Amino acid sequence: MKQKDLILYVGLIILGLAAPYIFPAFKVQLTILCVLIVLAMTWNLQGGEMGYNSFGNILFYGLGMYLCASVQVGMFFPLAEWTESGGEKTFEHTTTQFFQGMGFGLLVAAIIPTIVAGLIGYAILGLRGHYFAICTLGLGIAAGEIAGGIEIIGAGQGFTTPPFPKDIVDPEARGKFFYFLSFIMLIATFIFVKWIYGSRFKLILNAIRDNEDKAEAMGIQTMKYKIVGWMVSAFFCGLAGGIMGGLIGYIDSTDVAFDGREMGVFMVLMAILGGKGTLWGPVIGATLFHFLKEGFWTFILGWQYVALGVLIVVIVIYFPEGLMGWLREKYPERFGEVVDEKDRKAQVELK
Amino acid sequence: MDFLIFQAPILMVQASLDGILLGILFALIAYGMALQWGVMNIINIAQGDLVILGGYIAYSMYLAGIHPGWGVIVSPIIMYFVGWGLYKLVINKVVDRDLFISILATFGIAIVFQQLMNFIFGADVVVAQSEYGTTMLFDNSVTLPNSKIFSAFISLLYAVILVIYMKKSKLGRAIRATAQNARAAKILGVDTEKVYAATFGINAALCGVAGALIAITFTLHPYVGLPYTVRSFMIVIVAGLGNLPAVALSGMGLGVFEEFADYILGTEFRIGSVFMLLVLILVYRRFKLSRKREYLK
Repeated sequence: MKQKDLILYVGLIILGLAAPYIFPAFKVQLTILCVLIVLAMTWNLQGGEMGYNSFGNILFYGLGMYLCASVQVGMFFPLAEWTESGGEKTFEHTTTQFFQGMGFGLLVAAIIPTIVAGLIGYAILGLRGHYFAICTLGLGIAAGEIAGGIEIIGAGQGFTTPPFPKDIVDPEARGKFFYFLSFIMLIATFIFVKWIYGSRFKLILNAIRDNEDKAEAMGIQTMKYKIVGWMVSAFFCGLAGGIMGGLIGYIDSTDVAFDGREMGVFMVLMAILGGKGTLWGPVIGATLFHFLKEGFWTFILGWQYVALGVLIVVIVIYFPEGLMGWLREKYPERFGEVVDEKDRKAQVELK
Repeated sequence: MDFLIFQAPILMVQASLDGILLGILFALIAYGMALQWGVMNIINIAQGDLVILGGYIAYSMYLAGIHPGWGVIVSPIIMYFVGWGLYKLVINKVVDRDLFISILATFGIAIVFQQLMNFIFGADVVVAQSEYGTTMLFDNSVTLPNSKIFSAFISLLYAVILVIYMKKSKLGRAIRATAQNARAAKILGVDTEKVYAATFGINAALCGVAGALIAITFTLHPYVGLPYTVRSFMIVIVAGLGNLPAVALSGMGLGVFEEFADYILGTEFRIGSVFMLLVLILVYRRFKLSRKREYLK
């Protein structure tokens, strides 16, 4: 079993490293795929494992995006003048400045959302069930609307992130840089989440999901763990947002950064499609969803949102357990569950 | 700008009156939401999009040369069937499920509705001219469009009709019985499936009325549905389910808040302030409830 796992992981990493060379035209799509998987996995950590279905992780994603770009610009040039000039850039990053800014920006983009999550966590995570869902939905949209009114980060006009340095002549370099950056993030996220899956922390999160009051009565300080769980999500969402902002090259408050209508729903949907509360579910769900989405955008352009809406309804109504849940129902032995044949037959008869 | 409001009492009167008239309209939408939440236990994110769809029905009447004011009669009739169809198609599969499922499913419906409206009516901001004129108060310093007064009056009228209908009619009794205990109602011979469909239809019809009124008093755009959903959700959680005077009052309060936020913070923060208020109300509610829990300990 261990050997099989090892082969699988090594194979996937080799595939990931080779992917931009095998499909050179799809580097941007592959980068987005990595980001989507990270978003789905971290959403799953609190939506699937903790049972707190958040629509508001987009808050951290957008925050990370703005913070990374602002730091990258603000480290070297006056930020207000940069955003004011819009597309016409009077300042230009040198190669070192670009990478320094990016590195430092990503650091800030990961840490500040984590702190924000910790600060608002106590107030927000006290809400239960659908109140939490609606509250986080409101939080994400409010953040977008407010960001659209702040002058220094471009307001409604948008914010152009620093272009890739001109000194690097290789035209493939930009795509490769962002791909490998997001791939490294994906691996780091996966390792971290896998570590959580083997730890006591995951059991505590599951206890909170299954019955919060009982968990509290058993002596678990639920609020502490809920906040930590949310902070983990926020950390990776901020990081993903920072990379995504650099990749897209243009930040708009409601359409790119705090995009609750798209990214905010996508991350929920991907986790549900793959199967909430499993390690591999979000990965599979995100990959499948990315293919579906690109298919919609390519083949039925104009109707893509209609198709997307219908997809949401169908997934939610007919496959609420997701792909992994369906497989688990069908082949419980593969998931390490001991099935009593007699019991199973009795249940079938009952049905 | 901040201090203008204290120097100009006339502005305060203007904002308050605008807010109250607006708030009655919000209360009508919220009443629909409270109805379906109470009876079917689902939260409908597509509520605001039903409102906008109702508005577009009135707008297409206006385009056809009929006075959009008649939309308040035509729109609910059409929307009733839209709601009924929506129930049969999707909602009946989420009624007994987790609330989160209903939120996500109706989110999907909302996306579909927005996009279809975008195809049919275009992405422009439109308004149906009612040509009702304006009323001037206090030496012409406060202006009130008659269409707003008309909309508040019609909203109240529909609310009263609905309350009487729920109290007196057979269907109304069946709806109330189902809200109290669906299982017991079923045992006693109420066709709950039909009741649910009717409830969702009535909710959609109320949205239709509100939409037609919004078409003549404000503007329509395919993507502005979500703020209406959030406003009605907010009103319902402040007022509680099935408390009609409280719904009306908190609707007015929200309207006044919005107008003041508009004057003080600026129009670009108007929608943002609505969503922030939602977050604040929920957080306040959480601390209030947690204090109660500690008291019980």
